[in-house]
Amino acid sequence: MYFTIKKECALVPDFPNFNPVKCSPLAGLSAPRGGIALQERPFGGKVNLRGNADDQAFVDAVNGVVNCSPPTVPNTVATSADYTVFWLGPDEWRIHCTEDVRYALITRLQGALAGQHAAVVDVSDYYVVMRLTGDKSVEVLNKGTPLDLHPRAFPVGRCAQTRFGHATVLLRKLEDNVLDLQVRWSFAEYVWLYIVDGTREYGD
Amino acid sequence: MLIVTCPWCGQREVTEFGYGGEAHIARPENPEQLSDEEWGDYVFFRKNPRGVHYERWVHTHGCRRWFNAVRHTVTDEFFGSYKPGEAPPTVPVSKG
Ligand SMILES: [Zn+2]
Repeated sequence: MYFTIKKECALVPDFPNFNPVKCSPLAGLSAPRGGIALQERPFGGKVNLRGNADDQAFVDAVNGVVNCSPPTVPNTVATSADYTVFWLGPDEWRIHCTEDVRYALITRLQGALAGQHAAVVDVSDYYVVMRLTGDKSVEVLNKGTPLDLHPRAFPVGRCAQTRFGHATVLLRKLEDNVLDLQVRWSFAEYVWLYIVDGTREYGD
Repeated sequence: MLIVTCPWCGQREVTEFGYGGEAHIARPENPEQLSDEEWGDYVFFRKNPRGVHYERWVHTHGCRRWFNAVRHTVTDEFFGSYKPGEAPPTVPVSKG
């Protein structure tokens, strides 16, 4: 179940004549087997945020833009209607949003955090997100990651950065047997094929 | 499987981490006043104990933060991890 993604980008502010075509690094790759599905979640907005969570002004500024506070408990996620905020470190978060609000989010965050010791970086095109579903998805994932994926250690709603094969991945558990993997663009094909290979023992 | 505890993320497998050598080496305040021998000692020379070692680790595949840990270099037993600026855990006398 693979698909090719190719579409015209929205115009980039300040570069009216810049209108590239986006391509998926996963186009044309073979599909997983055994009732396991893997699908790219293409072209989402992704923004890295750094700042001091002990500083109320920082928390208020972020909250005012994304309608939730950056989570301070390691490996947790905060969500609002339009945004998902992943804990990446004690002073680092990643915000996911839809593609159409990506530039607005960056502009608003930069405005709200002006004068503060904080950083807002657009990493939308640096990462690829793929969604793994199916009864054996946790089993397949554990072929590449040493992370304890048992529900007692990694319950629904949690996120974790870990290793999958040689790639650094950000995992998020959305439901039982529904997991999002976020990897660097250049590792996406490797991770995809690693997972596909891991599903071969479960049948056609 | 060797488990390392990240002060933020908790228990993870050692392959998620990078090793940073001996901890608590302060950069000299006045490098220009040091002799070559003193500077060479700061840059190159490290303890290499057979026993308890205070050392730096980085959670490379996780939160990417540096921290300190106390480990026995023979048994690989960890006596605790602690964030930069925090006091190291006490090591049982029998283990030292
Ligand atoms: Zn960590």
